[in-house]
Amino acid sequence: MSAPAPAVAPSTTATKEMRSELWKDNLRDYGLLLSLLLIVAFFYFWTLDPETGTHSSVQPVNITNIIMQNSYVIIMALGMLLVIVGGNIDLSVGAIVGFVGAVAGSLMVYAKWPYPLVIVLSLAIGSAIGAAQGVLVAYGRIPSFIVTLGGMLIFRGLTGNLLLGQFVGPFARGFQNIASGFIPDITEFGGIEASLPDWAHVKLLSLLIGVVGAVIMFAMSLRSWLRARAEKMEAEPLALLIVKNLIFAAIIIGIAWNLSLYKGLPVILVIMLLLALFYGFVTTRTVVGRRIYALGGNRLAAQLSGVKTERLIFLTFANMGLLAGLAGLVVAARLNSSTPSAGNSFELDVIAACFIGGVSASGGVGKVMNVVIGALFMGVMNNGMSLIGLGIFWQQVVKGLVLLAAVGVDVYQKSKS
Amino acid sequence: MTAILEMRNITKTFPGVKALSDVNLAVEEGEIHAIVGENGAGKSTLMKVLSGVHPAGTYQGDIVYKGDVRKFATIRDSEHLGIIIIHQELALAPQLSIAENIFLGNETASGGIIDWGACFRRARELMAKVGLRESPNTLITNIGVGKQQLVEIAKALAKDVKLLILDEPTASLNEADSAALLNLLLGFKAQGMTSILISHKLNEIAKVADKITIIRDGSTVETLDCHKEPISEGRIIRGMVGREMTDRYPPRSVTIGEELFRIEDWRVEHPQHAGREVIKGVSLNVRRGEVVGIAGLMGAGRTELAMSVFGRAYGRNIRGKATLEGRVVDIGSIQKAVAAGLAYVTEDRKVLGLVLTEEVRTNITLANLQGVSERGVIDDAREVAVASRYRQSLRIRTPSIYQRAINLSGGNQQKVVLSKWLFTEPKVLMLDEPTRGIDVGAKYEIYGIINELAGQGKGVIVISSEMPELLGICDRIYVMNEGRFVDEMPAKEASQEKIMASIMRQYGTKQ
Repeated sequence: MSAPAPAVAPSTTATKEMRSELWKDNLRDYGLLLSLLLIVAFFYFWTLDPETGTHSSVQPVNITNIIMQNSYVIIMALGMLLVIVGGNIDLSVGAIVGFVGAVAGSLMVYAKWPYPLVIVLSLAIGSAIGAAQGVLVAYGRIPSFIVTLGGMLIFRGLTGNLLLGQFVGPFARGFQNIASGFIPDITEFGGIEASLPDWAHVKLLSLLIGVVGAVIMFAMSLRSWLRARAEKMEAEPLALLIVKNLIFAAIIIGIAWNLSLYKGLPVILVIMLLLALFYGFVTTRTVVGRRIYALGGNRLAAQLSGVKTERLIFLTFANMGLLAGLAGLVVAARLNSSTPSAGNSFELDVIAACFIGGVSASGGVGKVMNVVIGALFMGVMNNGMSLIGLGIFWQQVVKGLVLLAAVGVDVYQKSKS
Repeated sequence: MTAILEMRNITKTFPGVKALSDVNLAVEEGEIHAIVGENGAGKSTLMKVLSGVHPAGTYQGDIVYKGDVRKFATIRDSEHLGIIIIHQELALAPQLSIAENIFLGNETASGGIIDWGACFRRARELMAKVGLRESPNTLITNIGVGKQQLVEIAKALAKDVKLLILDEPTASLNEADSAALLNLLLGFKAQGMTSILISHKLNEIAKVADKITIIRDGSTVETLDCHKEPISEGRIIRGMVGREMTDRYPPRSVTIGEELFRIEDWRVEHPQHAGREVIKGVSLNVRRGEVVGIAGLMGAGRTELAMSVFGRAYGRNIRGKATLEGRVVDIGSIQKAVAAGLAYVTEDRKVLGLVLTEEVRTNITLANLQGVSERGVIDDAREVAVASRYRQSLRIRTPSIYQRAINLSGGNQQKVVLSKWLFTEPKVLMLDEPTRGIDVGAKYEIYGIINELAGQGKGVIVISSEMPELLGICDRIYVMNEGRFVDEMPAKEASQEKIMASIMRQYGTKQ
């Protein structure tokens, strides 16, 4: 009875608990990735054509399609992640897509402005709209739901006024390339492509980028694992790390191979990857990112720790506007025209992608990687359901159920821990 | 006497942790049974097992209540039999009235239609029983914590309580309200009601408890009978920490230097009511190596003073002069205050101090991210090193620095908040109720940290409602009441009586 209480909990139970914590975190992430793979497999088998023995869902042209169709969701989901993590919501992004597309189209077709200038201006308009809403939310203290609901109505209306029911187009080839172009290939130079044997009729550069990317990813995760071990931090077992990375590498190279059989890597895929890497870095490694998470986790505590919470909220909205502007350009470029209905209900796809990706509706929690997977999940489902000929209304029903199920699983897991 | 409740060999494990192991508790009908133990000892878990929050089947052992083994699946099951818990964090709906709260979940309704007449009539009866003099129509948000606690008790009475369990009922109450609450408990006891009281305040336990069960590290240490022998606080502490605690305040060698920080004629108005002064011309100074206390009752304005000084985090129209190291200093925003070298450790660590969903590591560096980053990019290795250093030097008990703050016990959470501010390398620290709701052992450690800070030549200002604590650790004490400093005395000459007298004297001159 008089024995002194131990100063620190015994280390064996400590590491055990830590492992289970680490395991739990990883399980959630892998669960999401696994469900994406499952749904891909599901449509793979479902779309088997018994006569030709091919699977239409994994044809290079279809994979290319999925990427192009969903690029705008992924781009905007990156911004929406920051907005939601900061404790807000932005309902206006779909309307901004429409508005920016309409302005850009009008300037290029009616005013004959060169498209590079229009791109810059469009991004500026998107940021300005986001910034204006950000001012109202952050400094005006009006709930973001209301501010952006207003923004949605305003810019949807302005789009209609600008286009007056007309389609505006077509655009210059260079502009269209943003959404439907492919990166040029080395074999295209000098006309050597024709002289190659059959099996080598692939877009070599695209394949090469995939392989190099996979190798870099492998090296980086190995490096951070070694560093963690050097500092005696808790790290996952080496075998798990290697298996995990081999699977990732196989997926990356597989997709690159698949795409290089068609026209190569789409330009928009490269843009998306760069953006995802950038926002991944911002959220995990920078002071600004860290503060946004603190703000969303506990605004008062962040404030009392010297974090300028208003400015951060403003920034998340301005950034969201910028990305919505970019998405507006992408959508216009893809359709090769500005249409009054462009961007309709995009906000719902984007927000759903975030929540499927495990972003907490109350703020403070969410990962870039998971949001991208969440967006892909929605995209693969849309595409697959269309391929198997499910009616558009039933598609909505299924998407709604999936959203509820994904968040339900999240909430259940959280309540258990 | 017969036992109303017996908990036999209760064992409860969470993944990786054994929270309770073979705990035994016997409570007799009509007694006040205190449960004491350090934070994390397992008191709350035990009560959660009892009330069905952890349902039958998730623990081993038996709960025998009124002679039968009970298996509660939900809280409703235990409440149905008259076992009611009042939690430390009050569970009242702030925008509903007292009467509505008393019958929340237990409405005086038939067929879903509320009988408001019966509701108010019964509410008045219950309020009279607990000595709450308010209109049943008053909203919860408009009454103080002390009265809110009474509403909780009235709510329990409305459910026909047989066994009342109070978890730290006086943690946020002032002395007068605490005394009233304890008297109420004694009154209930005279009427034959059984209560279980969980508390850190040993003097209160000594006053009302018939029996004391001590829990340490998830096991029962012993049950003391207060009627057989007089139980001293030292005796209880010995059981709690497993060793003799001869001195509750660590010794320190005092070297006080020149003046470090001073505010003069500090005036602050209420943030919502312009023109209503909350702080009415306060002047204060702290020297290097000095620990200065601010004593006073709840609502004296101590927290408001500290927060208004800390970058105007409270109030509006703030006037007054602040000097740091002899120079007038601009502390008009939190950023400026932190940069100048001020730190404020809040009294409400969960709401204002921590980002509970974030890790220990990120909480520690939050106020000084510049210190672990280069051009806006965080250096992981440096951050880990900083967090590990504070974990070690402040003895933060956590399985790892990657643990989320929400999973830590109160004392360890407090150490995380302290670490956060120590990492900003402040010159002056304002600590607001630094030991509220944490156990004796952790308190001692916090006192040690305060001493160390003073030893490094920092100025420390401590706000506390526990007067013995101020007397034990401070060099000088200001007494605050109704927005003014009414007295100032060296701690050596101070006593609880003297401080109370200063507060009361002011009331005397006013009338």
